[in-house]
Amino acid sequence: MRPFTLTRAASPEEAVAETGARYIAGGTNLLDLMKLGIETPARLVDISRLPLNEVEEADGGLRIGSQVPNSDLAAHDLVRTRYPLLAEALLAGASGQLRNKATTGGNLLQRTRCYYFYDSALPCNKRDPGSGCGAIGGVNRIHAILGTSDKCIATHPSDMAVAMLALDAKVETLRPGGATRTLPLAELHRLPGDTPHIDTNLKPGELITAVVLPPPPPGRQLYRKVRDRASYAFALVSVAAAIEVADGRIASARLAFGGLAHKPWRNPDVEAALVGARPDDAAFRGAAAVLLAGAEGQGGNDFKIPLLRRTLVAALRDATEGTAR
Amino acid sequence: MSSTTATLRMNAKQGLNRADHAPQGLIGAPLDRKEGPLKVSGRAPYAYEHHPANVAFGYLVTATIARGKVNGYDFDAALAVPGVVAVIDAGKRTTTQAANTSSNPEQGNDHVTHYGQPLLMVVADTFEAAREAAAKVRVDYAPEEGGRFVLAEEAPKAKTPGYPFFNKANMNTGDFDGAFATAPVQVDATYTTPSQIHAAMEPHAATASWDEAEGKLTIHASYQMIGNVAAQLAKVLGIKADKIHLMSPYVGGGFGSKLGLNPESVMAAVAARALKRPVKIAITRQQLFGISGRRSDSIQRIRLGAEADGRILAIAHESLVSNRDGETFYEPAGISTPTLYAGENRLVSHRQAAMDLMISVSMRAPGEAIGMLALESAMDELAHTLGLDPVELRLRNEPDTDPQAGTPFSTRKLAKCLTQGAEAFGWAERKPQPGARREGDWLVGLGVAALSRNNYLSTSSARVRLTPAGTAEIETDHTDIGTGTYTILAQVAGDVLGLPMDAIEVRLGDSTLPKSSGSGGSWGAASGASSVLVAAEALIEQIAKRLGVEADQLTFKDGQVITGNRTMPLADAVGPEPLEAEGTIQSGAVQLTHTQVAYGAVFAEVAVNAVTGEIRVRRLDATLAAGRILNPKTARSQVLGGLIWGMSGALMEEAALDERRGVFVNHDLAEYHVPVNADAPAIDVTFLEEDDRYANPLGVKGIGELGICGSGAAIANAVFNATGVRVRDFPITLDKLLDGLPD
Repeated sequence: MRPFTLTRAASPEEAVAETGARYIAGGTNLLDLMKLGIETPARLVDISRLPLNEVEEADGGLRIGSQVPNSDLAAHDLVRTRYPLLAEALLAGASGQLRNKATTGGNLLQRTRCYYFYDSALPCNKRDPGSGCGAIGGVNRIHAILGTSDKCIATHPSDMAVAMLALDAKVETLRPGGATRTLPLAELHRLPGDTPHIDTNLKPGELITAVVLPPPPPGRQLYRKVRDRASYAFALVSVAAAIEVADGRIASARLAFGGLAHKPWRNPDVEAALVGARPDDAAFRGAAAVLLAGAEGQGGNDFKIPLLRRTLVAALRDATEGTAR
Repeated sequence: MSSTTATLRMNAKQGLNRADHAPQGLIGAPLDRKEGPLKVSGRAPYAYEHHPANVAFGYLVTATIARGKVNGYDFDAALAVPGVVAVIDAGKRTTTQAANTSSNPEQGNDHVTHYGQPLLMVVADTFEAAREAAAKVRVDYAPEEGGRFVLAEEAPKAKTPGYPFFNKANMNTGDFDGAFATAPVQVDATYTTPSQIHAAMEPHAATASWDEAEGKLTIHASYQMIGNVAAQLAKVLGIKADKIHLMSPYVGGGFGSKLGLNPESVMAAVAARALKRPVKIAITRQQLFGISGRRSDSIQRIRLGAEADGRILAIAHESLVSNRDGETFYEPAGISTPTLYAGENRLVSHRQAAMDLMISVSMRAPGEAIGMLALESAMDELAHTLGLDPVELRLRNEPDTDPQAGTPFSTRKLAKCLTQGAEAFGWAERKPQPGARREGDWLVGLGVAALSRNNYLSTSSARVRLTPAGTAEIETDHTDIGTGTYTILAQVAGDVLGLPMDAIEVRLGDSTLPKSSGSGGSWGAASGASSVLVAAEALIEQIAKRLGVEADQLTFKDGQVITGNRTMPLADAVGPEPLEAEGTIQSGAVQLTHTQVAYGAVFAEVAVNAVTGEIRVRRLDATLAAGRILNPKTARSQVLGGLIWGMSGALMEEAALDERRGVFVNHDLAEYHVPVNADAPAIDVTFLEEDDRYANPLGVKGIGELGICGSGAAIANAVFNATGVRVRDFPITLDKLLDGLPD
């Protein structure tokens, strides 16, 4: 572990003034990576005590401070009642102990769980640009089937981010110098392309201060995570859905997916394929076909294609069951 | 002080003894662990939790290739890290050893035999500096092509191993080929299991101090068998065994990975001696996936030929396993097959391939854990082919005597385990047709398998001392690896000497104490407790002599000695000086004249998600017959752990191998999956009454591994019953079920 300095910021403005430093809050991912020599920051700024730990109602939605712990967010009344898919996603992630430490902002910025990323002796373009991708042709059971590149097939591991993406969340940030901006969560994470070492579109020093949820979408919400054991396992695939059925037709559909790609995945064409359709298996399979057009397995993860198709169809059945379908 | 020795060699079946009278009611009582409060309050120091003054910290440098030579090292950058004390190059001594000391080839650090092999240790004033510097050591490798990583590819070069798990690795009775070829019903199935890693909660760790004046090493480390390891370490260091004081009073799990000397102790000892400064090291979780040893991968072909009524005519279990070059230990996957079921014509064979992977060693129930997974899956396949209930098939193949050796069984209650277990579980509700029971999205199935684990007794000694205060002290280098050794030894001594638990002190895991069997092979309880029995009975002889009466006229109860109408405190009977006896138990002729096996039956209910293939085990019921149960609470804990680990092997556990590089890539507990609490089902454990005096004078059998010896197969068979999909490539992960699930 490289020596590093640790300072505690008294305000968000003070935090972003520390140019060249990394932010640390719960440390549930960054500390592990530092111990393994994968992240080697010389300076850390502790942001865990910044006054960014409130969940507030805002314009019919919620503003969630970036330092709100995952456990608190999952247990929050307004989250449970208005955004149940987010509560489900949070509770499906990690373990109780990790959720107590992990924060909203940190969850968004957690790094991939690709095996090759975690062993500094193995090639990984994300960790060591230009060294190659160990997972291509290697052990890739947990890897991406959409949006990959020949440089990287890693997935983003967050459940929370998938749920928030389905909810059209926005991310508020503060930049060095004091400028703020709001960007759609859909624009936070990147595909690997030729630069898999860059996970997000945040600028250097940019600090996530809050996640803003618009008013809850109409219809029924659910989060379905498929994993290898009942707890403490990352998603093989996951589906976040908010589906409204009216007059026997799907009136609106929001769908986001985890375990598929380098970022939480959302494809408007899938939702468009559903809107206006009768909520039946033909429509659900059609949506799955749209989603999976272009999906490509790497050998070990080929099963994710049929698994996702089956899971999506079943999730849509569940989300529309009992409506006039 | 009066001191005597006594030895019991198991040359004949034993009769009743004082422990049977159990005046204190300790044996058979579900007592809490003696050391439990220390452990749960953090006052039981483990190997890394000793803090000698001026201690330095070690961190290993491990190989980043799987096969090749080391041309040289460059320490300059490492030595420049502030706080670094030295880089320790232990040369040929840098070796992981299996439990059997003599046959291990030297590994050294001038060539690389597997990825993650320990090469050097950096020592620094802080752990963080040692780790940082270790990353800066440059190793100049000359990698070699042709790494041997894939078991199936090495099959043609595999050889018959020599290690004596059986009299020989291959056994042949009757005419298997002929009988199988003409059998009316045949099953021919090949099962594969991957490499697995012990992943004990407490990593391999050591704190070593060198006394230059005495030429003596004091080392706190984490081991299952103290005496053997101390001898191995002495040999490595080139000093006499009595110049090593090794202590492992508390061990956070071993499961076979701590049977033999491991590199953390070698490196800590070498460094402490060289630096004249205490050195401690804990191997990291990631590094253990290249150091702790592994359970071999396997390819097992099982053939069963049967009559239409289910009686087995021919049974073959042929296993291919792997180890490092030159190692003789092999995973005896067919170890239960010679004795489990009847059949005139039998074939059990093992072949071992040399591979460029980490050493293979014992891992909980070496042999049975993966062998019973295969054999009991094949029995289920036979039952399905025959259209016969799987319980009934097993009952129809109950042998009267050991079908391989011809010897009688000491005890065998497998049939009762099966029938009573079936009744308790509600087995009659099982639908023979797979996929016939559905609850919403979940397909529900039931499965059964036998549990079978060979029973062993290993030479073991213990010293028991009666103090003038009327209390007892038990001393042995035996270990408690979470199993309950402290507790059961005190229970036996208490019932023999008439003392309550709190009047008995137990000291374990210290190389200066009498040499024991240690904890391994499920022999720890039988061996250790028998030695305490022998010692305690010898003490009673001493007291009888002091009192001038015959021992059989003495009764010991509640700290009192009673003879005729006279009662005196035990303290008075002991007198002013302590009385001491060292008892030793040894295996003997009855281990050859009688086949000794612990049995059980396990029933599983699983639900398989018809959409996703996710498998959730709902219920596990185990009914076991394993001799007398010294402590139902600690025994049950052992069985629970075994059953859940069997589930782990069936459904989750796999050291995921990059076949190009020879790397186990999922080297942490986030990605090396074992069941978490949410996976553990409702489990019911029932012990049948049994008493096996061929096994040892206490009539107990090993229980530590029995649970894992078949529970995975019960679950795999339940998955088949739920879905109709038979997965023979373990673990059964959901991707292997998807194609066979309803659309």
